[in-house]
Amino acid sequence: MSEGHSTYTPKTGIERWFDARMPLPRLIYDSFVAYPVPRNLNYMWTFGGILSIMLTAQILTGIVLAMHYTSDTNLAFDSVEKIMRDVNSGWLLRYLHSNGASFFFVAVYIHIFRGLFYGSYKAPRELLWILGCIIYLLMMATGFMGYVLPWGQMSFWGATVITGFFSAIPLVGNWIQELLLGGFAVDNPTLNRFFALHYLLPFMIAGVVVLHIWALHVVGQSNPTGIEVKSKTDTVAFTPYATIKDAFGMIVFLFIFAYFVFYLPNYLGHPDNYTVANPLKTPAHIVPEWYFLPFYAILRAITFNIGPINSKLGGVLCMFGAIAMLFLVPWLDTSKVRSAVYRPWYKLFFWLFVADAILLGWLGSQPAEGSYVFMAQMATLFYFAFFLVVMPVLGLIETPRRLPNSITEAVLEKKNKGAGGHPAGAVSAPETKG
Amino acid sequence: MSATEIHDPNRRDFLYIATGMAGVVGAGAVAWPFIDQMRPDASTLALASVEVDVSSLQPGSSLIVKWRGKPVVVRNRTEKEMKDGEAVSLNDLKDPIARNANLASDAPATDANRTTPGKEAWMVMVQVCTHLGCIPLGQEGDFGGWFCPCHGSQYDTAGRIRKGPAPENMAIPVYQFISDTKIRIG
Amino acid sequence: MKKILTSLAVLGLLATGVGAAMAQEGHAEAAPTHFPINEPKEMSWTFAGPFGTYDKAQLQRGLKVYKEVCSACHSMNLVAFRTLEGLGYSEAQIKTLAAEYTIHDGPNDAGDMFDRPGKPSDHFPAPFPNEQAAAAANGGAAPPDMSLLAKARGVERGFPRFVFDIFTQYAQGGPDYIHSLLTGYDQTPPAGMAIPEGTHYNPYFLSGVSLKMPKPLSDGQVTYDDGSPQTVDQYSRDVAAFLMWAAEPHLEDRKKTGFRVLVFLLIFGALVYMTKRKVWADVAH
Repeated sequence: MSEGHSTYTPKTGIERWFDARMPLPRLIYDSFVAYPVPRNLNYMWTFGGILSIMLTAQILTGIVLAMHYTSDTNLAFDSVEKIMRDVNSGWLLRYLHSNGASFFFVAVYIHIFRGLFYGSYKAPRELLWILGCIIYLLMMATGFMGYVLPWGQMSFWGATVITGFFSAIPLVGNWIQELLLGGFAVDNPTLNRFFALHYLLPFMIAGVVVLHIWALHVVGQSNPTGIEVKSKTDTVAFTPYATIKDAFGMIVFLFIFAYFVFYLPNYLGHPDNYTVANPLKTPAHIVPEWYFLPFYAILRAITFNIGPINSKLGGVLCMFGAIAMLFLVPWLDTSKVRSAVYRPWYKLFFWLFVADAILLGWLGSQPAEGSYVFMAQMATLFYFAFFLVVMPVLGLIETPRRLPNSITEAVLEKKNKGAGGHPAGAVSAPETKG
Repeated sequence: MSATEIHDPNRRDFLYIATGMAGVVGAGAVAWPFIDQMRPDASTLALASVEVDVSSLQPGSSLIVKWRGKPVVVRNRTEKEMKDGEAVSLNDLKDPIARNANLASDAPATDANRTTPGKEAWMVMVQVCTHLGCIPLGQEGDFGGWFCPCHGSQYDTAGRIRKGPAPENMAIPVYQFISDTKIRIG
Repeated sequence: MKKILTSLAVLGLLATGVGAAMAQEGHAEAAPTHFPINEPKEMSWTFAGPFGTYDKAQLQRGLKVYKEVCSACHSMNLVAFRTLEGLGYSEAQIKTLAAEYTIHDGPNDAGDMFDRPGKPSDHFPAPFPNEQAAAAANGGAAPPDMSLLAKARGVERGFPRFVFDIFTQYAQGGPDYIHSLLTGYDQTPPAGMAIPEGTHYNPYFLSGVSLKMPKPLSDGQVTYDDGSPQTVDQYSRDVAAFLMWAAEPHLEDRKKTGFRVLVFLLIFGALVYMTKRKVWADVAH
């Protein structure tokens, strides 16, 4: 799949038979064994693999949970509790699935921030980046609908609030909202369709993931220096080098994941979701799951009308705009240098942006009152300024640091510095090891 | 990492094998909950025994209770039905084994072995045809016992297969008389 | 990596500053705007921490408090008698216990509903036939079902405690809250505070100055056979622990499994790391 010339040579008769009819072994060999990866990838690059296993884990636990779940407003809450109490290993599968959603987002946020830091979205990887953004959108839809299924108080009111976004659209808003809900409020039809879609969307995610990986294998991986691969010494084979490194990254990630599943399974959830949905009583503070909080803060920050746009529509537009920014990143960033390692100013703004996103997340969890609102407005302003001002302007005015000539040179420089000045020649090509 | 380590193939192989084995063990342990969840859950198992009050059953009448999702017939047999059942020679039976969960698995299918000692009038039996799971009709067919309308299997008054495609006598579940008028099934 | 850590530290400091600024926003004592007025007291629970287990004697006492006091108004619909095995009862004891209850069942062959003694497979019967009846009998507020109460209640921990909670594995917000609420009656409201008619002041209540439920427990109300003190404080601890069990019956199993999983991941991780070192031994990266 990568560069058109395959190094796969079928050894046994069966392999030759397959290769002539459906070269699946060749595809696997070229994509996951011989596929060259830059030798200088750090652990930030293991999150692609981590995301793949999180997706797989979510689909597997989700399918078995669906064997016990009932999507009827009268039974949904109790069926989840039956899973927690009576089904064999049910508590484990349910906690894996609910915390798995959170950790899926943890991984995807690190993956996205890694891309922003190292400029992984720049040509020729724009399409790769956009496919990633689509996966992220699908994940948000899936996560949101999954949260509705246990039919707790937060499920119900979260669904009410989020479907309420659509009522902000002028003229057709109410019509669209009723279409989504299948009624005038969140009720049985809503729960049923959310269950159906929650089951469907992960497979759509898997489909886009295939495209994402395809695009990746066409353009090759980016790397911490941001310099393209120039020679064979710049790369190592995917197997065993990247596979074993990915495996270690996954285990560390799974360790933290397991810590939450077994010791703090409800830490990331909200107590109100252990109370069955009551359409007549709103909880004191409605908060979405933590992974939506920054966007929720942006939504609530717009408390004023902007010309003909009222504050409700303005909030919804800003919230969707905040996600839309990601799609535009490849064209907003004007810098010729990819990696923030060589861009001192961009690096500073990048970390400010990370802090801003976390601050927005925290503000999203706080009541929208007093100084919180003003802080959320300032944070929202910086959020958009980062994309719309900092990214385009910085690329034009910033003086980047000197770039190494190749990945190999960068690696050897670092090695020499770290090891106290070994001669460069002591480092042999990767192929020499058996 | 010292040079000697790299040149010692045994040690390297051991590491690779140990890592691989640990991976296999982990994968196996992860697979278990996914299989485990398919087994009957705690609430299903809790209902696995039912108590039936049979005080109102006159000879010649029966009642059906649901046990583990299947019909279990409790029949107070008539004198004639009991005599017919006892009169059958084991050689005439298609399935000579009692199929009684309260007895040894090789107990012969005598009429006594199809019931409980002292309560020979009572047939307690899973009323499901051993052919393909239909529910036979009571007191019909050539032998005065049960007749399965699906594929024509015929059972005698002790629920033993006598004719037709079914291979085995109808199953007798674990049960006991906890008093003269109460049976606990399961 | 070092840079990431430094940045996170800077971020932490920034957020601490913000949090402190927030905290200084005082509120008038007689007209509080944030609830609860007092934070729940953190108690020590046997089921806390990585090796936590339920104290079965405590759970049995808690069940007694529930049966004799709480169950008059609060249902516990999700808990089946058979699960009381988790409190250390034998099958025969559970049968006797279940038979003390009357279960409305049916219809029978004649099409009538009938009452019968409870069986282990039954759930605790509710004190009221439906939510409306419960609300009507309790001054308009239906007493909440208790099956999940210990997980459905929790006071927000706030920054920076929610960060520390990850490392201390604090997950006892529910029982802490229940204990504090039950022991939080009998206090005099600050001068000038308006307490709505028919409600009872409790500074630990999650969503207001007062609640409809009057003080439910008093010293000596429930007789303990094991010599434990018969005080409101002890009753509250016991019933809170019992409710935690009711909400999370598989907690011990979960923590035990978790320990094994983490130990395995540690060993497996070490092996993979060594393998990774070997594989990458002569590739500079």
